[in-house]
Amino acid sequence: MATLLAPPPTPPSLPPVVSVREAGGTFGADVRGVRVVWRRELIRFARDRTRMITSFVQPVLFLLILGEGLSVIARTPPGVSFETFMFPGIVGMTVLFTSVFSAMSIVWDREFGFLREMLVAPVDRWSIVLGKCLGGMTVATLQGVIFLALAGAAHVPYDPLMLLELVGIMALMALALTAFGVLLASRIQQMQSFSVVVQFFVMPLFFLSGAVFPLRGLPSWLNALTKLDPLTYAVDPLRHIVFEHLSVTPAALAALEPGVSWNGWRLPVVAELGIVAAFAAVLLGAAMVAFSRAE
Amino acid sequence: MAAVRSYLRRTGPAPAPARPTGTERSHPNGAEPAIEVERLHKRFGDLDAVRDISFQVRSGETFGFLGPNGAGKSTTISMLCTLLPPTGGRARVAGADVVTERGAVRSRIGLVFQDPTLDEYLTAEENLRFHAELYGVPPAVLGPRLDQILDMVELADRRHDVVQNFSGGMRRRLEIARGLLHSPRVLFLDEPTVGLDPQTRAHIWTYIESLRRAEQITIFLTTHYMDEAEHCDRIAIIDHGEIVALDSPDALKAEVGADRVEIAVLDPDAAMGALKERFGIEASISEGMVAFYVANGEEFVPLLFTTSGLAIHSVRVARPTLDDVFMTYTGRTIRDAEASTVDHLRAGAARMLARRH
Repeated sequence: MATLLAPPPTPPSLPPVVSVREAGGTFGADVRGVRVVWRRELIRFARDRTRMITSFVQPVLFLLILGEGLSVIARTPPGVSFETFMFPGIVGMTVLFTSVFSAMSIVWDREFGFLREMLVAPVDRWSIVLGKCLGGMTVATLQGVIFLALAGAAHVPYDPLMLLELVGIMALMALALTAFGVLLASRIQQMQSFSVVVQFFVMPLFFLSGAVFPLRGLPSWLNALTKLDPLTYAVDPLRHIVFEHLSVTPAALAALEPGVSWNGWRLPVVAELGIVAAFAAVLLGAAMVAFSRAE
Repeated sequence: MAAVRSYLRRTGPAPAPARPTGTERSHPNGAEPAIEVERLHKRFGDLDAVRDISFQVRSGETFGFLGPNGAGKSTTISMLCTLLPPTGGRARVAGADVVTERGAVRSRIGLVFQDPTLDEYLTAEENLRFHAELYGVPPAVLGPRLDQILDMVELADRRHDVVQNFSGGMRRRLEIARGLLHSPRVLFLDEPTVGLDPQTRAHIWTYIESLRRAEQITIFLTTHYMDEAEHCDRIAIIDHGEIVALDSPDALKAEVGADRVEIAVLDPDAAMGALKERFGIEASISEGMVAFYVANGEEFVPLLFTTSGLAIHSVRVARPTLDDVFMTYTGRTIRDAEASTVDHLRAGAARMLARRH
């Protein structure tokens, strides 16, 4: 009976309830969306050893086999090996391939359903796209950094300042190229078609960029095409910075690092990087718009 | 857990007036409906997938959308989850409009899709953490919440395993856990047990029941399994984009009021004729059997044998089920309906292809 007189017991314990902020459309939520999508790309990159190794082996093959092989017929000025000339170009290639293909993860996510999990979340679409692009940019830059370790094999010195500058340029071009890939991915539903379309774009971008031959003394039609290739304006600064840290005769410099000229005006590195940055901004914006409309 | 419990749910950008946790969703009367749908319509090209449907889901109930594949269930759920804009009508979910307040709807609902949407390369816990961050679960409560939710679906010991190694049932449990992680007010389950074996299906239902009790949420689900619809408080039967019946499973079955008798005979047409002539019964052919309804099946069968003179191979008598309810309202069993829907979809696909080329 005594228990009846005791104060009423506390109500049966209620289930824990987590408070949910009204996340939709607030800037904080979108920043969170960017961060979490970005981090996922990194986790997946870190876990995918196969991808890391294959994307490392490919440029090594280009540098050592193609570089060595072509040096038999391509005579470089004394004091500069063909590998040295190729090195910045192959750095650009590594970033190009890794960034554009990292956008394939969107096509993959769509095919395996995970994209829906992201698209129904109370965050704006643009934050998902930005997260993807920044994720792809980080992954591609890291991949490029791994390749930079081979600088010695191409007789390029390990100068900290030079490496830092190279990393900066790689990051900028990686952002532009990932955004380009995401833009393609917003329109392409299947992985097979994505690879085919990417190859279609990537190969001309790569060959016209001056990665494998100096942009000098070319037929005028080819010369014009190389100037239309946005990648040209990223590869030239890469090579410019590498050559700055070599002791090269002016003649060799003129032969191998002629720069990009418009109507006889040689573009300074800053202008070239400005062009790449402008491309990055436009492509990123286009990718965001495309994604808001597509799904 | 105590720390978690002290968090109060907020109903909008401004904090709700202080109330004991949990009661606001469980008050029986006068509560705002969890889902309010008014003349919702969706048209794809010249196909009306959902036709002017209206219904309300009460706060705290388990509400089922039952119908064959292609009846418009997933289309409706997509509209309620703000994934698909309606062609007409309006809908409010958890107090927010699905067109004008999409962000609010999205943060107040949980979703478990028909197709898997997990990242197979991440661990169970990483999948949940990804979701928690997207939905803004405060870091302070996330740890205990993860423990609790993983315990509930019995995946605590597998939390650091990559999802790739999970079975179908485990994946589905993880998805349900993820849908609940941010404590939604309404949980949408689109065919939550499709593609799972019967044992796992039963298991999943035990989870859903216990989760609903623990979380006091409204559950909206779609299914084309009749037996699963029995788990719902109320059921809307949907066919060709329209709601043909809406009530509790018992009330719907009571409405049928008759037992279903199925007989296997050599000559179905003769049997149907005999039934009509002798007993005034309208029978139909379903899945190869002659099927009909009579008020008292067990007493009718002996009569059938002695008086009809039909060569009957086998007899089945069943109390009314939701399948019979579906049959009563649509004139077909759900399996027959699906067979014809597949044909219908094929014809539709062929038409679309023809138009494109």
